[in-house]
Amino acid sequence: MTVDSPPAPVQLDTPARPRRIPPAVLLIAPSIVFMALLLGWPVIQGVLQAFRGDEGFTLDYITRMVEDPYFWPAVRNTLLLIAVMIPLQFVFAITMALLLRSNPRLNKVHFFVWAIPLALSDLAAGLVWLSIFNDRGYLNSVLTSLGLDSIPWLAYDNPATLFLCVLVAEVWRSTSLVLVIVVSGLQGIPKDYDEAAQVFGATFWQRLRHVTLPLLKPSLQVALILRTILAFQTFAVAQALTGQNFPLVVGETYRWYTALQNPNVAAALALVILVASMLISVFYLRALRDKGQEGTR
Amino acid sequence: MADITISHLVKTYPGATERATDDVSLDITDGDFTVLLGPSGCGKTTLLRMLAGLELPDSGSIAVGGKDVTYLPPNKRNMSMVFQSYAVFPHRKVRYNIGFGLSMAKKPKEEIDRKVAWAADLLQLGPYLDRLPAQLSGGQRQRVAVARAIVMDADVLLMDEPLSNLDALLRLNFRSELKKIVKDLKTTTVYVTHDQSEALSLGDRVAVMRKGQIAQLGDPLDVYDAPADRFVGGFIGSPPMNFIKAAVSGDGGALIVGDQRLRAPSLLQSYSSTDVLLGVRAENVAVDTQRSSGDVPGTVLVVEPMGSSILLTVEVEGQTIKVQAPPTFRTSPGATIWLTFSPNSMRFYDSETAMALVAR
Repeated sequence: MTVDSPPAPVQLDTPARPRRIPPAVLLIAPSIVFMALLLGWPVIQGVLQAFRGDEGFTLDYITRMVEDPYFWPAVRNTLLLIAVMIPLQFVFAITMALLLRSNPRLNKVHFFVWAIPLALSDLAAGLVWLSIFNDRGYLNSVLTSLGLDSIPWLAYDNPATLFLCVLVAEVWRSTSLVLVIVVSGLQGIPKDYDEAAQVFGATFWQRLRHVTLPLLKPSLQVALILRTILAFQTFAVAQALTGQNFPLVVGETYRWYTALQNPNVAAALALVILVASMLISVFYLRALRDKGQEGTR
Repeated sequence: MADITISHLVKTYPGATERATDDVSLDITDGDFTVLLGPSGCGKTTLLRMLAGLELPDSGSIAVGGKDVTYLPPNKRNMSMVFQSYAVFPHRKVRYNIGFGLSMAKKPKEEIDRKVAWAADLLQLGPYLDRLPAQLSGGQRQRVAVARAIVMDADVLLMDEPLSNLDALLRLNFRSELKKIVKDLKTTTVYVTHDQSEALSLGDRVAVMRKGQIAQLGDPLDVYDAPADRFVGGFIGSPPMNFIKAAVSGDGGALIVGDQRLRAPSLLQSYSSTDVLLGVRAENVAVDTQRSSGDVPGTVLVVEPMGSSILLTVEVEGQTIKVQAPPTFRTSPGATIWLTFSPNSMRFYDSETAMALVAR
């Protein structure tokens, strides 16, 4: 008996092992199915739509997209908007978050008010700003009541003010997202680090540069990726304010799909946004990681 | 290096009803190591943070080296500090952490390198200079925090319970190391702790705090030997001082504890026929199994061998006291032993106010 018993567990174990599905796979299976159905399948459909013509594979839709007179202005406008808007938003959001951290009176009220745009739909925000910027809007009313000439902010032949209007409206609408992320990031940093830096003689700017921002980097990274991807998709605000006078890539997608009734070119445009978003995310992840390693030298 | 003058400092935190520091005044001589000791919530950390400039007082003033710094921002005070949580910057290597204050002051690179090397050597951090704090143990992180503080040539060195997050053995070792380092630096140091043994072993002077006020300020041994009130005697020492209800006889010549009469020291002459508290440390009570003159009988309740001594809990005239007996002393619960209070180590306190009695 005692001699036989040791090999017994080995015999019991071996047949049971290989057929088992690991519990981890079972646990993530629902999300995989969900993602495949709701994300994977549409993506595949979109790619097929952009490249499949009547006679198999074709680049016709891509060519049509690129040759359209609105395409390159749309790309340029989108990139310009991102390049100007994202830094502005981060400066605003970080400033606001630092103001909130200094614990002013009515701290929570300020935060709530600043976060309101987050709850507003894009289109509604666009319409609100339209009522401000249009020829007989609030802004021009104020200008005329001050004895100044009213300015046609949204005139088609005034690209600078068109851009400015879209920029202001978008900054107003979407900075709160960055703010919420930065505020939660700041709350996760123990106060001791800032206090230690203060005691060791660091000025406000030194503390911001050497302590707060580096410790905030994970949150900034998340906010940067989210905001840039969302900025590629800027649509409703610009559409409400400018219609076709200030084309953006998503606006073009919409135009091809609805006005021009060409889902294939629309799919090609959507692919452009997808690829750009993916590239920018990879770029951010790399750039911020490398900077971190360099910083710890 | 500088002396510190704290006068009438009052601070109430927003929303609190009690004062965190209640009219505290304290003079600290240049180069002194002063320990602020007290239970949690006594205001010792608040006082330290006001010295650092991290909190602002409601009234009162702080002067360092003759210069008023009460409302100066922390970065203008030329102080350095060791935090309880260490607050070593997690995103920077040890080398940068130690040199942080110097590089903020834009000191030349070779000076920073030299001082960092000196501090790292002193605190045995040499091999870890290029590591991130996450790769260090708690004790090493603490050393980084101390190194960062001592490279600064600050006027005042502040320490907020720097040893409380270390394990017991490490704490004991680092305590003596810290004492030596600070002694060699000759920097005015203010050290906050709730650990009475730390306070006694490190401080040139100990300020025992209670409810936002300084209950006693003095040499560690004075504070231990002659507590100014019952609170200090009960807070300092392990076990704490024994307090026995007693009365002074009508002629002032005897101390009456229950049915026992002890010879009263001359101090009590002027307190005839009053109730007093007799304070006596556990190690100042001699024990014997035999009766000799002037002894008081007691019943042993608990016997706790501590290695270097035996701690006895003894009932004397209905009151429980702790007595430290030599390790060779043999007794058991229920036994009757005889206690002798050494006259020189008896302290007397007012039974109402709990303040030490003075000759009058």
